[in-house]
Amino acid sequence: MSTSLARGWETVIGLETHAQLSTRSKIFSGASTAFGAPPNTQASVIDLALPGVLPVLNRGAVERAIRFGLAIGAKINPRSIFARKNYFYPDLPKNYQISQYEIPVVQGGTVHIRVGDAEKVVTLTRAHLEEDAGKSLHEDFHGMSGIDLNRAGTPLLEIVSEPELRSSAEAVAYAKTLHALVRWIGICDGNMQEGSFRCDANVSVRRIGDPKLGTRCEIKNLNSFRFLERAIEYEITRQIDLLEDGGRVVQETRLYDPDRDETRPMRSKEDAQDYRYFPDPDLLPLEIQPAWIEEVKATMPELPEARKRRYETELLFFPEDAEALTSSIEMSEYFEDVLKELKKRTDIKYGVQSPDQANAKSAANLIINDLVQLMNRTETPFAESRVSPVQMAGLLARSFDGTLSSKLTREVLARMWAVAEQPASRSDPNLADLLIEEGGLKQISDAGAIEKIIDEVLAANAKSVEEFRAGKDKAFNALVGQAMKATKGKANPAQVNEILKKKLASG
Amino acid sequence: MALTLDDVARIAHLARIEITDAEARRTLSQLNDIFALIAKMQAVDTAGVEPMAHPLGGAQRLRPDEASETIDRDAALRNAPAQQDGLFLVPKVIE
Amino acid sequence: MSRHTASLAELSRQLRAKQVSAVELAQAYLARIEAHRDLNAFLDVRPEVTLAQARTADARIAAGDATPLTGIPIAHKDIFVTKDFTSTASSRMLEGYMSPFDATVVQNLGNAGMVTLGKLNCDEFAMGSSNENSAYGNVLNPWDKGAVPGGSSGGSSAVVAARIAPVATATDTGGSIREPAAFTGVTGTKPTYGRPSRWGMIAFASSLDTAGLMTNSAEDAALVLGPMVGFDPKDSTSVDRPGEDFSRDLGKPVKGLRIGVPKEFFGAGLQPDVEAAVRTALEEYRRLGATLVDISLPSAELGIPVYYVVAPAECSSNLSRFDGVRYGHRAKSYGDLNDMIAKSRAEGLGAEPKRRILIGTYVLSHGYYDAYYIQAQKVRRLIADEFRRAFEQCDLIAGPVTTSVAFGFGEKAADPVAMYMSDLYTIPGSLAGIPSMSIPCGFGAKGRPVGLQLMANYFEEAKMLGAAHQYQLATDWHARIPEGFR
Repeated sequence: MSTSLARGWETVIGLETHAQLSTRSKIFSGASTAFGAPPNTQASVIDLALPGVLPVLNRGAVERAIRFGLAIGAKINPRSIFARKNYFYPDLPKNYQISQYEIPVVQGGTVHIRVGDAEKVVTLTRAHLEEDAGKSLHEDFHGMSGIDLNRAGTPLLEIVSEPELRSSAEAVAYAKTLHALVRWIGICDGNMQEGSFRCDANVSVRRIGDPKLGTRCEIKNLNSFRFLERAIEYEITRQIDLLEDGGRVVQETRLYDPDRDETRPMRSKEDAQDYRYFPDPDLLPLEIQPAWIEEVKATMPELPEARKRRYETELLFFPEDAEALTSSIEMSEYFEDVLKELKKRTDIKYGVQSPDQANAKSAANLIINDLVQLMNRTETPFAESRVSPVQMAGLLARSFDGTLSSKLTREVLARMWAVAEQPASRSDPNLADLLIEEGGLKQISDAGAIEKIIDEVLAANAKSVEEFRAGKDKAFNALVGQAMKATKGKANPAQVNEILKKKLASG
Repeated sequence: MALTLDDVARIAHLARIEITDAEARRTLSQLNDIFALIAKMQAVDTAGVEPMAHPLGGAQRLRPDEASETIDRDAALRNAPAQQDGLFLVPKVIE
Repeated sequence: MSRHTASLAELSRQLRAKQVSAVELAQAYLARIEAHRDLNAFLDVRPEVTLAQARTADARIAAGDATPLTGIPIAHKDIFVTKDFTSTASSRMLEGYMSPFDATVVQNLGNAGMVTLGKLNCDEFAMGSSNENSAYGNVLNPWDKGAVPGGSSGGSSAVVAARIAPVATATDTGGSIREPAAFTGVTGTKPTYGRPSRWGMIAFASSLDTAGLMTNSAEDAALVLGPMVGFDPKDSTSVDRPGEDFSRDLGKPVKGLRIGVPKEFFGAGLQPDVEAAVRTALEEYRRLGATLVDISLPSAELGIPVYYVVAPAECSSNLSRFDGVRYGHRAKSYGDLNDMIAKSRAEGLGAEPKRRILIGTYVLSHGYYDAYYIQAQKVRRLIADEFRRAFEQCDLIAGPVTTSVAFGFGEKAADPVAMYMSDLYTIPGSLAGIPSMSIPCGFGAKGRPVGLQLMANYFEEAKMLGAAHQYQLATDWHARIPEGFR
């Protein structure tokens, strides 16, 4: 599958992911964390590291770390330590970063990923709390750089995986799963463009079967899944080429350049780093009592993995559908809301399947296949869907009771999407019915009416009838097509099939 | 164990303090005197002793998640050696 | 009785009786400051600021909204940042720096109505024992202008000894309140670590830095300490305890008080003149009814080696923020960014901070951390445990503050190790974090003052201040004023 395997090499990847926590204020100061403010207007005296300031830890940041620990089944350390990581950098105002080193808040845990048909459980090493740095702006200020410290002190959860990923595809699947998870549990907005979720990839290669790990390189600050994949791919090839030519991989920090699609060594990290970690004397040990963990546990949503399993076992979904529906909290919550709305309705008739299963599958299909397409086309997030779950349930009800064929259902959905640009339509719970009425889009299920149309079609298409009788099955489809065309697609396709078959057999 | 001139150069670089050779030599002998003093503590048997990071035990106190601070950018920038458009200016940063 | 020799309680009474106004008092002290500029104790004086504060105090007194401290002048060590005066830590690095906020200690005392006289010289970043490490020159000892005033709070001790401020804030990391207090014959009080907020104190060694006071008596200290300390949500290491009346034990006789005398504080190195004065003071306590108990603090002598690992380690990190990027000194000519930072720090920081930054950088660096930093923290625990055990046998511990009386300028400046030994008896208490103080107990060689050190268990400042006050009722060392300042 990958070229490295074909060349006899195994890839070993571990990811360090920085998730910006969705707190209102910074991790150690009361400054706002909102993105995009004018430079240095959200940097408090603490974030600027003015003389005499002290950090005070934000409870909200710790709570989010606990949520994450619970979500991945990790150990939440009853006592963890904040340390100073000392290095000089102009966007690091104290010239040390407050982070966790020896004892992090979250230890262990697992994340389930899926690559193609294969499922894999990835072990996490740890997750720890730390502060973000500011930004250096490289626009030219008379040959100087500008320092904006608005981002300095934004809370981060650094999530470290074991080096268990074996391909760029696995790395991307892991990153996507993690991304969905942190958004799912509400601890990070996941906005990769704004840097709220970014990955460092530790990549090494070794001969297949070699028990020893190769020398690794760390590629920093990958802020899209595509860059993550490209950077790892480039790095794998670079390392294999190097080793096959008799060279050696040098352990270093590299940056990915998307314009050139290559990684290169980071110049600012030239000298051997010696971070001189030591416990921050401004911060006593962080203690998390069991009662606090219980409190947080009570507010945890059903997790994506559990929900996926539930869809598979209770609703008999295919794994890929269950996967798709739980790929984001917004889509999943939308789907759940549609199910709830359907349950409330009394105007639905069901066939042989249990109402839940029938409802769920149709709803799932319409959401995954059609609604998503409309959303993607207009770049609308689920939370702002123009068709509300109530309206979606109203539409599905007309599909279940035979008013709409599946084709007409899609047609009505598209119209709902279009008219819902007007706020009044957006809030109308009976929008589907309204549009069906307005557009005359009701499915024709009256046998008499359909028979009449088919008679006309048969009369007008004698050639196709002849071909059918001569054994050409295709001609049958042509006749169905004509019948549907004659009704502008509104005839019940099953009935058309049935009546047409009967007519041709008897004729 | 005595420090060398290389050690002095290395730690001065880590600490971002420019140091001339003459200063380094003078500093070296002072540092070695100080480390000779410090050595007394290294011989102490501390097996089983918990390191004391802080005089008072206890847990870290947390603050509620509130964006409570008002920012006075002008006051903050008033002491800046070089600034423009609300930014602190430094020699070009190379990543 | 002239006002500059009055107790704070007396000043407070006169202010509220309107026998003197806060403005008059401030003017009188500003005049004394001006008259004794040769001490070089003040780094920033702004009469217009002081007098404005005094007018506010007078208005409060007139409105009946005064606290016992309203209208009383105070000077602040230049380690506390202030909005209305420069905050330099006596460093070139922070020349002209204006803080956008006040330190909590400054704010608390300001809220009580105290009037700020200005900012006081000290050793650069509070690192030193003689005040010779200030970028702005030496502070002279009012008792002998050829002697150091002690450090790092040399400006604070000198102004209180010279009665050019009735009280001054100070900070103590390894002895920086007690040693200068001893050298200048004033009462220097360091409360329990964590009692006063560190918010707005320019950090030297965070796990040791403690704000305190220079006063002319234990009684004065007890009066100011209450409003000065207290829980501060901006300092997560500040102790959350209910407010206390630190004067509550002032009237309590010392009869029956068990005073521990650690034999390690009377070993080789202690000068006979200091020993004689201290032993006489202990004898006075016995005469007053206290019991002297022989105790042992065997690890105390490891205090200096431990301190010179822990304090430099923390300072190397705390002082990293002085990089010439956002504030502070920036070199005039430089190459790239790293060069700018390295040159700015080389020019802006003095020899002692640089030396300690280098020590700290080394002990924290890869491969040395366990042997130095962790080992030092373990020995620190041994020292603290010995104090805890000692306080099972006694109520207070007493001994010398320093091995000798104040030394002359330049005597130890070239030999850092000799200078570091000045804090031999003060560092153990700092490492443990217990309250301690220096009270004047006589004079030694060349007529220079000697201090008696009192140490108490955690949060027992009131007991310590009470015992000090009882001694000061029986003696008059604290009331002696150097020639030329009476």
